[in-house]
Amino acid sequence: MAGNTEPLSPRAKLAVTAGKAAAAVSRAAGRGSGSVIGGRVALKLDPDLLARLARHLDVILVSATNGKTTTTRLIAEALRASGPVVSNALGANMPAGITSALAGGSDARYGVIEVDEKYLAGVARDVTPKAIALLNLSRDQLDRAAETRMLAEHWREGLAGSKALIIANADDPLIVWAASSSANVVWVAAGQEWKDDAWSCPSCGGVMQRPSEDWFCAECGFRRPTPSWALSGDHVLDPHGSAWPIKLQLPGRANKANATTSAAVAAAFGVPPQVALERMFSVQAVAGRYDVVTFMERELRLLLAKNPAGWLETFSLIDPPPTPVIMSVNARGADGTDTSWLWDVDYTRLAGHPIFVLGDRKLDLAVRLEVAGLDFHVCESLDEAVGMAPPGRIEVIANYTAFQDLRRRVGN
Amino acid sequence: MSDNSLRLVWIYPDLLSTYGDQGNALVVERRARQRGLDVQRLDVRSDQQIPTSGDIYLIGGGEDRPQRLASERLIRDGGLSRAVSNGAIVFSVCAGYQILGHEFINDLGERQEGLGLLDVVSTRGEAERCVGDVLADIDPQLGLPPLTGFENHQGVTHLGKTARPFAKVRFGKGNGVGDGYEGAWNDTVFGTYMHGPVMARNPHIADLLIKLALDVNALPPVEDRWYEALRQERIAAATQPA
Repeated sequence: MAGNTEPLSPRAKLAVTAGKAAAAVSRAAGRGSGSVIGGRVALKLDPDLLARLARHLDVILVSATNGKTTTTRLIAEALRASGPVVSNALGANMPAGITSALAGGSDARYGVIEVDEKYLAGVARDVTPKAIALLNLSRDQLDRAAETRMLAEHWREGLAGSKALIIANADDPLIVWAASSSANVVWVAAGQEWKDDAWSCPSCGGVMQRPSEDWFCAECGFRRPTPSWALSGDHVLDPHGSAWPIKLQLPGRANKANATTSAAVAAAFGVPPQVALERMFSVQAVAGRYDVVTFMERELRLLLAKNPAGWLETFSLIDPPPTPVIMSVNARGADGTDTSWLWDVDYTRLAGHPIFVLGDRKLDLAVRLEVAGLDFHVCESLDEAVGMAPPGRIEVIANYTAFQDLRRRVGN
Repeated sequence: MSDNSLRLVWIYPDLLSTYGDQGNALVVERRARQRGLDVQRLDVRSDQQIPTSGDIYLIGGGEDRPQRLASERLIRDGGLSRAVSNGAIVFSVCAGYQILGHEFINDLGERQEGLGLLDVVSTRGEAERCVGDVLADIDPQLGLPPLTGFENHQGVTHLGKTARPFAKVRFGKGNGVGDGYEGAWNDTVFGTYMHGPVMARNPHIADLLIKLALDVNALPPVEDRWYEALRQERIAAATQPA
């Protein structure tokens, strides 16, 4: 799977240069990394730039509701065993951000690209990827996003006829529905704790049967495909049945699942599982997520959870009681402005932890926790919450903009 | 309603539980228990039979295809309609509200038959989708404080002669037909477009359903302290839309 070395046209070079200039101006003005504005300027000058930049690379796309930024990082680390990688490692995952990331990597062999769910089909058309990793789909920001099954349908139509190798989670019926229009699929048993978006068959609408780990529709026969890769406890099982230990600095079952999918992707590019998994160990924090920071003499672990499936996976990785848990929830544009989803999260899982709530929508969370019968404190600020907790580890869980607020406060 | 027990039925969580509306079941359940009632909550999946002996039935919002499937299965099952004719109470939200009417527009763009338990007809709105915080005054006959909720719907709902408007909006869209009405009700069947979930922001509605089920005029107060703060915050937010 070697890249092609045709040089960029003068117009494309101009677009890349103009984009970099705009990004530099944006950075100088203190408006973040500038990757999105740079990409926007470049795409305006040369609308085909994304396709042109990608032509020089073996492109791997990664999409999902949860875990796409982390998995992109894990795949990028694994593939560096085999050649230079360019990646949108900071999570700028729409076409402008992707263009900007690719423009920064003219010497790379691989482009490992996280793609927002809504843009996957379009980006896959533009960049002719060699592989696409699909992890999971679940409800997220329903006040502005497409319905979950419609998204799966959109992927299915967009990916039909793609020549890419699809590496897809066999345990998520919506992912299987999306991927199974493709001729070339590697199924990975990566697990999926959240099941509430796939109780009705994506194919016929029948009620899904879920005996233990299996799933099938009794009405139309749509069922879990046989996986060739699997996450089994702390090991990746490869298609030959060999078990490779997963050692990550990142916590939780969901990240073991991400590592398993990443190992399957790496193998498709000739990187053996052992090498891939060893390289993944170096990934410590991803855009601040999972980072442990010292703040007011406590150790805060920063955890991002944006939707019910994400909260569920997060609850399964936190330290047991009496470790305090701070939760912060906002409902700004990037979070989705409807907080009703809080009621799809089973907060009774936090029983026994000292609980502190903050954020723009702390009152929604307070009512939710009160109805769940939990004891908690409502706080005005992170400092107040941390001050009320004893010294030691604190788990801090926040949704998107609340997470950015927390990172700013702790200077991360 | 027999002795000290309350049978609470949560209809089709596999199809109509996408927007947090199961919070309504959690709030009704908690507030009934706080009044000393023995609550039996039954979650009925769409391949199971709807029991006809429930006291309160709750239905939530869902996406367009699950809504069609739910309506087909509820009509085929027949249990909910039998329960209502026995005097049961039904509270429905969004897609569930539309299903209780005579018809709505399904995911295929076709007119789909509903249960006809409310004298309403839903069509697809021509204007942009109704999304955001809502503040409304509930029908004075129900004696409840103002309604706060979050709406997120494309459909609009027209009221027939025997359906009363549940509320009149001060801020927001509600039923979306331009008459300012939000939701509908008759005797024991209620429908609203409000998420939030609606009971979390309006626990008095949960109490109303419990009172109707017990056939009493008042309930002892409960000690929960956060509902009112949330209500005030969201009412203020609705009056100052972003």
